[in-house]
Amino acid sequence: MTWIPPLLVAIPLLTAAVTAGLDHVTPRRLQDAIVVAASAATTALAFVLLWHAESREVVHWFGGWQPRHGVALGIDFAVGPLAAGMCAVIGLVVTLALVYSLTFLHEAARLYDALMLVALGAMCGFAMSGDLFNLFVWLELMAVAAYALTGFQVERLGPVQGAVNFAITNSLGGYLFAIGIALIYARTGSLNLAQIGDTLSHGPAGGLVIVAMTLLFCGFLIKGAIVPFHLWAADAYAVAPAPVCAVLGGVMTDIGLIGVSRLYWTVFDAPFGHGHAVGDVLLWLGMVTAVLAGTMAFLQRHLKRMLAYSVVCHIGIMLAGIGLLDSSGLAGAELMFLAHALLTAGLFFVAGILHSDHGLIDELHLHGRARGCWAPAAAWFAATIGLIGAPYVGIYLGHGLIDEGATELGRPWVLALLWLGSALAGAALLRAGARIFLGWGEADDPLLGQALEEDPLERDVLRPLLVAVALAAVVLGVAISVVPGLGQRAEYAADRFQDRSGYAARVLRGHPFPATPSLPVTIRHTSVESLLYSGGATVLACALALVGLYRRRLPRFVTVAARRTLALPIHVLREVHSGVVGDYVAWVTVGTAFVGGVWALLLHG
Amino acid sequence: MSYLPFAVAAWICLVGIAGIATSRNLIHLAICLTVTQSSSYVLLLSVGYVKHGKAPIFIGTKLGTTAVDPVVQALTLTDIVVSVVVIALILALALDAHRLSGTVDPDQITDIAG
Repeated sequence: MTWIPPLLVAIPLLTAAVTAGLDHVTPRRLQDAIVVAASAATTALAFVLLWHAESREVVHWFGGWQPRHGVALGIDFAVGPLAAGMCAVIGLVVTLALVYSLTFLHEAARLYDALMLVALGAMCGFAMSGDLFNLFVWLELMAVAAYALTGFQVERLGPVQGAVNFAITNSLGGYLFAIGIALIYARTGSLNLAQIGDTLSHGPAGGLVIVAMTLLFCGFLIKGAIVPFHLWAADAYAVAPAPVCAVLGGVMTDIGLIGVSRLYWTVFDAPFGHGHAVGDVLLWLGMVTAVLAGTMAFLQRHLKRMLAYSVVCHIGIMLAGIGLLDSSGLAGAELMFLAHALLTAGLFFVAGILHSDHGLIDELHLHGRARGCWAPAAAWFAATIGLIGAPYVGIYLGHGLIDEGATELGRPWVLALLWLGSALAGAALLRAGARIFLGWGEADDPLLGQALEEDPLERDVLRPLLVAVALAAVVLGVAISVVPGLGQRAEYAADRFQDRSGYAARVLRGHPFPATPSLPVTIRHTSVESLLYSGGATVLACALALVGLYRRRLPRFVTVAARRTLALPIHVLREVHSGVVGDYVAWVTVGTAFVGGVWALLLHG
Repeated sequence: MSYLPFAVAAWICLVGIAGIATSRNLIHLAICLTVTQSSSYVLLLSVGYVKHGKAPIFIGTKLGTTAVDPVVQALTLTDIVVSVVVIALILALALDAHRLSGTVDPDQITDIAG
């Protein structure tokens, strides 16, 4: 089965080349069919790969350059169940987005399809790569496709500004990553992840490895939009077409976290795995991101910006799960990735439907306009409840596993902060849904700031198709927590993913895989704390949403006190998100220096 | 081994970042981005350099001849290709920004914020 991994990259990339090359020859609908078929085929192959990866490590050495005597000579794809699962989700979301785009973007040039396929191939390659430099190449390939997709509507200034901010911050991240690669290569003389881990497990790590780790991780955290590297995200999502947002927000941003976990458990676990310093920094970054981005989501009126901050908030929760450095935390992050990708895609699809119906994307402008649109309303509210993580809905199971990891480590306060972030982002989405679909609340709210320029383009779309795609994504996402056996399989995949020496032995020395334990096919249950926190977060989100809608009806002394205490922090938050790329780069520099400084202090002693 | 190439690489990287952060012109900014990336070229080449090493072409040479590391050159070349794509894209976006707003100053192109 070692021939499957390269196909996941080859099919989309070749189809992209053919699509772009035969642009003027083939009829439109035929080309649409080819593109969707290629994406669907990639998804199907990813599921086959997932099936096989359950019982072995699927390793493909390009050109047949197998390792000799435990030394890697060539470049490999090494796929376990986690990487294969990621490819499957990525393929699914891209396929849904492509089907959605069939009528949504009918004025789009053919290159749009080609760019989406390039992004798909690059993301799959990234998830499967076992080679450090190839990670960089896939990262840049998907980034370039994403910049072009973001700045797709170049006839307006917003998309151009968003794409510029996105391109510059993410390229800088890529370059930091490249410098990190050079330093690791200088220290170990190898680019194969398993080999680097092997080399670093002998002898002390030293300052060079700490600097390299900082640069590599910060490169991924910029991609993953973690505070303070997240500033580009809202600008990019606000301006991209809805199906592009679904791919960017659903899978492409989160992929930075796959990079972080892959690098940690193949490489840096060797020198730094005995302590908890690396994980603690990631955990704190994740918690700060969850709360801060949740707050920012609540302050938005532009639906796509709101969704962007909600994405950042959930990525923060996933990073916290990874930062716990145990298998429950990583399994939780995996399951959250899965549910979050589908639900976020669904929400962006609904936002696209509203945009095409009314030519508006602003919560206040849309006030009460979508009364009676039951299918989009149901999709929006179901996805929102799923993203808050109400008991056994959507991200709940993943979040519950992260809770378990945090409790085992003796850090119960992590739970409170993470659920708070989830509730804040959920409150924003509930408030927007209630305003738009139910007409609740007032049509004006100065708390939400100035309106951004609307893109008044009315589109001639096949609306039932858009609604069907949105519903499909939401239904799949909501059901993740109650799929029997999924939780146990995620934990098994996480266990395997974290076994550094086992991975190295299988990749470099071709050791056979130990017998797979037979896993139960039941719904994974979570702790009572998770149930309570989850219920609490749902109630809190509803309460906050109501406050957002009807805050003028609160008693006067409450509103005055709230204004006095919150006005300054909110003002500062808005000022930081300035939309000016120079500021973003300054924050990237400060963040990188801070992360590196903390690690140098904690690890070098 | 000399530390000079590492110091030069760090300097180039920081100068480039400072340029990006303070730039008032998108084209200047794109060039600063290239400068930042050049630091990784310097670093890679200095990592792979071997004193008195020959170019890594092994046709007609004796076994055991000292040569510089061929891998870093391949990495540098890939790095350059990647950077060309990114720069081309940013310059194209700068052109569009100028067409739409009449300026290439990122501080004045603030259609979206907050």
